[in-house]
Amino acid sequence: MDIYAENILDHYRNPRNRSPLSPQERIGKDRPEDHQFMQYTENNPACGDEITVGLDIQNTHVCTISWDGTGCAISQAAMSMLSEQFTGKSVEDIENFSTEDMLALLGVNLGPRRLKCALLGLDALKKAMKSHGAADED
Amino acid sequence: MLDPKAIRSQFPLLLREISGEPIVYLDSAATSQKPDAVLEAMMNVYRTSNANAHRGMHPLAEEATQQYEKARATVQKFLNAKYAEEIVFTKSCTEAINLVAHTVSQQDHIVLSLLEHHSNIIPWMQRDAHIHWTNLSDLEEILRTHTISLVAITGQSNVLGIRPPIEEIIQLSHAAGAKVLVDAAQLVAHHPIHVQKLDCDFLTFSSHKLYGPTGIGVLYAKRECLEEMSPMLGGGGMVYSIAEQSFTPLGIPEKFEAGTPPVADAIGLATAIDWLAHYDWKDIEEYEQHLLRHAEEVLTTIPGLTILNLQPHSAKAPRGDLQPQSGCISFTLAAVHPHDLTEILGRQGICLRAGHHCAQPIHKHLGIAASTRLSVGIYNTIEEINLLPSAIEHAQHVLATT
Repeated sequence: MDIYAENILDHYRNPRNRSPLSPQERIGKDRPEDHQFMQYTENNPACGDEITVGLDIQNTHVCTISWDGTGCAISQAAMSMLSEQFTGKSVEDIENFSTEDMLALLGVNLGPRRLKCALLGLDALKKAMKSHGAADED
Repeated sequence: MLDPKAIRSQFPLLLREISGEPIVYLDSAATSQKPDAVLEAMMNVYRTSNANAHRGMHPLAEEATQQYEKARATVQKFLNAKYAEEIVFTKSCTEAINLVAHTVSQQDHIVLSLLEHHSNIIPWMQRDAHIHWTNLSDLEEILRTHTISLVAITGQSNVLGIRPPIEEIIQLSHAAGAKVLVDAAQLVAHHPIHVQKLDCDFLTFSSHKLYGPTGIGVLYAKRECLEEMSPMLGGGGMVYSIAEQSFTPLGIPEKFEAGTPPVADAIGLATAIDWLAHYDWKDIEEYEQHLLRHAEEVLTTIPGLTILNLQPHSAKAPRGDLQPQSGCISFTLAAVHPHDLTEILGRQGICLRAGHHCAQPIHKHLGIAASTRLSVGIYNTIEEINLLPSAIEHAQHVLATT
């Protein structure tokens, strides 16, 4: 399938859940006790693509994902799709999401050159998740 | 005048089609295509005279040795070097630079320009040498205020296509007691090189950007420089004698060429040099300038397209200005990532390079992460350049966000 297929271009042109504000900034300080906010910025120095992803998690439930970034159509569309995919899901779903799952979500087969683009957002999400469960200190 | 049609007909790869479209190869700065003459010469080595050079007394070994050394002499003449033993064959331009960098230590102060390719940056960093970055206009100042061992500078930027004034840089550096290495990887296919006139201490290039095969590069170094250098690789073919705990290497250039030499590749390179000699440098340079100036003209009509160059103030050489862009030009396109652009162009058979082109410092200096590069060889045509505007506008349309 064409990597510039309509669904990818649609997410690239109209990114979902993209916001310069993190969930924490959007909700502000008055958040319930059992919510945890996480954020991580991942970049690919080889092409300058960068994605910052923020999560609002209640226990193990992903309430909100917001993200911002710059980069090629694949990296930006993939992140947009992931933000839709995991909103309302559990943190385990993110942890278990594989490279193959990412390609299935995009609906394309990518060569090694573009795979890094497709995985940038997923890497950012997984790295953000690593702080999940740790003491929230503010 | 060059006849691009007659030249193209000698490059079998250029007949290839991608998705039914003829290939438009505008990525010669990454690697050039190879003419029939080179392909046949290399095939002929393996079909008729393959043997190891510098080993064995049988007729095939003798022939291989003679042909390998003849290739060295061809490179010597091509660079106008004084002695054949000043030519060391390496596996790449990168290895040639590493061979020189291998001899510096953390006490050494090295000057690099912002235009350098990573292959002329990392080897010096790996030796923990102290790096001084120059924008060229501050070179005299750096040479005055520090004791510089070596200035390592590109002869032609692989991103901007500009040529630093190397003659002048060499004079200034020598006056300050510094040696100079010229990375001629990009220059070599686009401008004649006369190492004795330049008076550079080291000059490196690779065969595959000069219409020759991959897998072989060249280090030129003044004889006295090579004699002082210790070999980087140890192995067969570089040893004079071995004692219980130590060895004595052969003389130059053999001591730098451990292992089975790339005989067929050296013959391929020499054939490429002989092939290129059919054309006059003046014609080559004029024709390639004609292609690039035309590319500039048609590209600048595209909305949102910016051709990269240094700002005039920082482009000031120590004395005199940088020359016009040669070999390549690079650009950015508003709201279109170079990877998307080149992928979409590639589907129409148009091959351009995207990314930082292994030159992060100059991209950082220009405040961008990546760019798209158009580079030419003597087989490219005005008709090919003319395909770009509509192809680029098509990509813009596909990716339009508004």
